Amino acid sequence: MTSPELPGLLPELEVVRKDFPILERVLAGGVPLVYLDSANTSQKPQVVIDAMVDHLERHNANIARAMHQLGAESTVAFEAARDKVAAFIGAPERDEVIFTKNASEALNLAANTLAWAGDRQVGPGDEVVITEMEHHSNIVPWQLLTQRSGATLRWFGITDDGHLDLSTIDDLITERTKVVAVTWVSNMLGTINPIAEIARRAHQVGALVVVDASQAAPQLPIDLAAMPEDERPDLMAFTGHKVVGPTGIGVLWGRRAVLDQLPPFLGGGEMIETVRMDGSTYAPIPHKFEAGTPPIVEAIGLGAAVEYLGHLGMDAVHAHEQAITAYALDGLATVPGLTILGPTDAALRGGAIAFEIDGVHPHDIAQVLDSRGVAVRAGHHCAKPAHARFGVQSSTRMSSYLYTTPAEIDALVDGLEYTRSYFKLA
Amino acid sequence: MSTAQNLDALYQEIILDHYKNPHGKGLREPHEAEVHHVNPTCGDEVTLRVHLADGVVEDVSYDALGCSISQASASVLYDLVVGKPVDEALAIHEEFLALMQGKGEGEPDEDVLEDGIAFAGVAKFPARVKCALLSWMAWKDATLQSSKGSST
Repeated sequence: MTSPELPGLLPELEVVRKDFPILERVLAGGVPLVYLDSANTSQKPQVVIDAMVDHLERHNANIARAMHQLGAESTVAFEAARDKVAAFIGAPERDEVIFTKNASEALNLAANTLAWAGDRQVGPGDEVVITEMEHHSNIVPWQLLTQRSGATLRWFGITDDGHLDLSTIDDLITERTKVVAVTWVSNMLGTINPIAEIARRAHQVGALVVVDASQAAPQLPIDLAAMPEDERPDLMAFTGHKVVGPTGIGVLWGRRAVLDQLPPFLGGGEMIETVRMDGSTYAPIPHKFEAGTPPIVEAIGLGAAVEYLGHLGMDAVHAHEQAITAYALDGLATVPGLTILGPTDAALRGGAIAFEIDGVHPHDIAQVLDSRGVAVRAGHHCAKPAHARFGVQSSTRMSSYLYTTPAEIDALVDGLEYTRSYFKLA
Repeated sequence: MSTAQNLDALYQEIILDHYKNPHGKGLREPHEAEVHHVNPTCGDEVTLRVHLADGVVEDVSYDALGCSISQASASVLYDLVVGKPVDEALAIHEEFLALMQGKGEGEPDEDVLEDGIAFAGVAKFPARVKCALLSWMAWKDATLQSSKGSST
């Protein structure tokens, strides 16, 4: 597929694409894959696949408890993955990186431990503030927390053009606020939220700032240590499989002082200092929050993934996403009856673009596109409240990534034209 | 399993006709039971009412949000069960369910399913079977509720 030249695309894009074996896939009917569902999960470069296979073939052993050479190799590889993740997000300390199963588990770790006895316990009279544009995994854990603790859940609304309505910030974030949990980049609207501004206000009242970086980590350069302290999140979650890593591994980064104050989450092996029948003491972070044998090979795969992104350069990845997103917004605008949900300025948004077409349901759009090899997502994208805000029940979402070409966007736009004619729309 | 030919098998003209001009749509009185079913994966929803009298399905009325398959199948459901004795309607339901769960292998009986045979192609698309069954499952739920109500 030849691509029009666009400023900002990754240099040697065709070479980069060769790193991703799945992009060679030919689908039923002999059509090439056009993968535009990367906000759902990203594809994996060969280096990640190889790192995982090599570990399983040559170094597999449990970590931190096996007194043999393989055990030592496995432990070193696992902890090296933590170093790579810490470098990827610019973590002030590598021990602040906690491995979890996914972003949902990371957010649930935060929401659960904040409900339990401790210096940070949320209780009756306290308030937790979220937003209407969150993924369900940054809504439901906070609903559970506030229901169980007797605290009150409040939220930012969304403006008509798809931004957070910050006009209410001083009413929402008050001295009663204990936690502000917000997504950095919306998985549905694509909006990039002003994390720094929200964090400054939250920190003024002594609230913890929890950021869902599931869609931000794949596409924005993140350097936590370089952020002014009052603008830096206190806790930040993301998942491995959206940053070209494997499934089964996620990350909770937390400021050491906060992680030290939170009680342990799951109890078990690895998270203890010593265990007696009448009580136990706990390991320091990160192991305090990593009970049981962790997803070792998945962590190693994630380490290889973020190292790969580091080699490409997250500034370059971000520039590529912006170039492709702008090209996609222009292309989508040519389709009659198509409405984009969320900001239409590529500079203010990530690479996920949700849209509607008058007269065709998102499922039917996705089905017709699939028959032409174009993979998109249709449905509520685990963001039902954000859909309800715009009076829609579901949408179609295309999402690009570092390997997406302008020609693939052309294939999407052609597919949408074909969809309109298939459903006999004038 | 999603080439252009399969696409035409999925979106039969009959289905697209029912989608554009659904039969029996809208919520009506009287009714003995009302249910609300959703497909949690995609968010499709149906609110469906059943009115039974003397062991006959007098009316099925519904308000549905969803794709062409789920809308058309509600319309076909209306055509097939309204005016039928409850037992016969439940047998039609069984037949439709079997067709949908047959992975595309089943041979639909046109005498029983009429326009419903157009959904045979849907059974080859596992992700879409739930779309086709949404209103049918809601109808069975509502019918069992209203039969229970009338027998007590």
